[in-house]
Amino acid sequence: MNKDAMILVAEDDDGHFALIERNLIRSGVSNRIVRFRDGQELLGFLEQAKALDSDNSRRPMLLLLDIRMPKIDGVEVLLHLKSDLVLRKIPVIMLTTTGDRQAVEQCQQLGCSMYVVKPVEYDKFVESIQKISRFLSILEVPSLSAT
Amino acid sequence: MSDTPIILIAEDDAGHFALAKKNLWRTCADVQVIHFHNGREVLDYLFEHSGRQTHPAHRYLLLLDIKMPLLDGVSVLERIKAHPELRKMPVFMLTTTDSPVEIDNCYQIGCNFYIVKPADYMQFMEAIESLGAFLSTPGLAIPEIDRPSTSNWN
Repeated sequence: MNKDAMILVAEDDDGHFALIERNLIRSGVSNRIVRFRDGQELLGFLEQAKALDSDNSRRPMLLLLDIRMPKIDGVEVLLHLKSDLVLRKIPVIMLTTTGDRQAVEQCQQLGCSMYVVKPVEYDKFVESIQKISRFLSILEVPSLSAT
Repeated sequence: MSDTPIILIAEDDAGHFALAKKNLWRTCADVQVIHFHNGREVLDYLFEHSGRQTHPAHRYLLLLDIKMPLLDGVSVLERIKAHPELRKMPVFMLTTTDSPVEIDNCYQIGCNFYIVKPADYMQFMEAIESLGAFLSTPGLAIPEIDRPSTSNWN
């Protein structure tokens, strides 16, 4: 992943976010990590990045998205992103405790790039984040501005 | 039903395919790999021609090269992501093409991820190992796909 790429993390749980951030960094991710506590905050950021010819519009980005969040939940965020002609490009990895078949199916149908159910067991959760981190390093991700 | 997806690899370069397969096996030992040499072959497989027996739903993941004979990877991606059932299948572009325009275009069409093949042999192996490790991420949910049995893709 490009050095100036950003990893956006939408996660309302402080403990989960700390664990995600720590293990991203521990796995060698040196990219900027930007946290959002709910879907509204995230969409506000993205709409601004899209509308203005800002630095953020030129930065490649990828999103780790929780589902259960206040104000606007992750599925609504995904729906919004994937029906927007510009924002739909952002690769979205769902990272959520919600593991029911219906939610998985719905997010795949809407176009999430991958769906990962947060393991309940601590060690497994760490392993998940480490494998995701390692995978992120080999990816190319798009920026919002047209190339 | 096994949780491990069948890995479909559309790749015309025999060397790249062998390398990818070997290093996937190193990280996920029991993974089933099916090789396609061009875009037509992979679509023929995914869109069963009518009359053939239907297959049970299964998990698939496609590693898709771009530059291939007969039909290129971008055209394959368009067909898959325009199909209501097949679009749920994860498609990872795995290509030497590193142009930002192509990366942008593939994400716009709906590729799940875009990976540029490193030119260096060791780095290529490492990249495939990272990919293989990712496929064994605890909690990873890959959807089952019913391959269509009645429609031709072209």
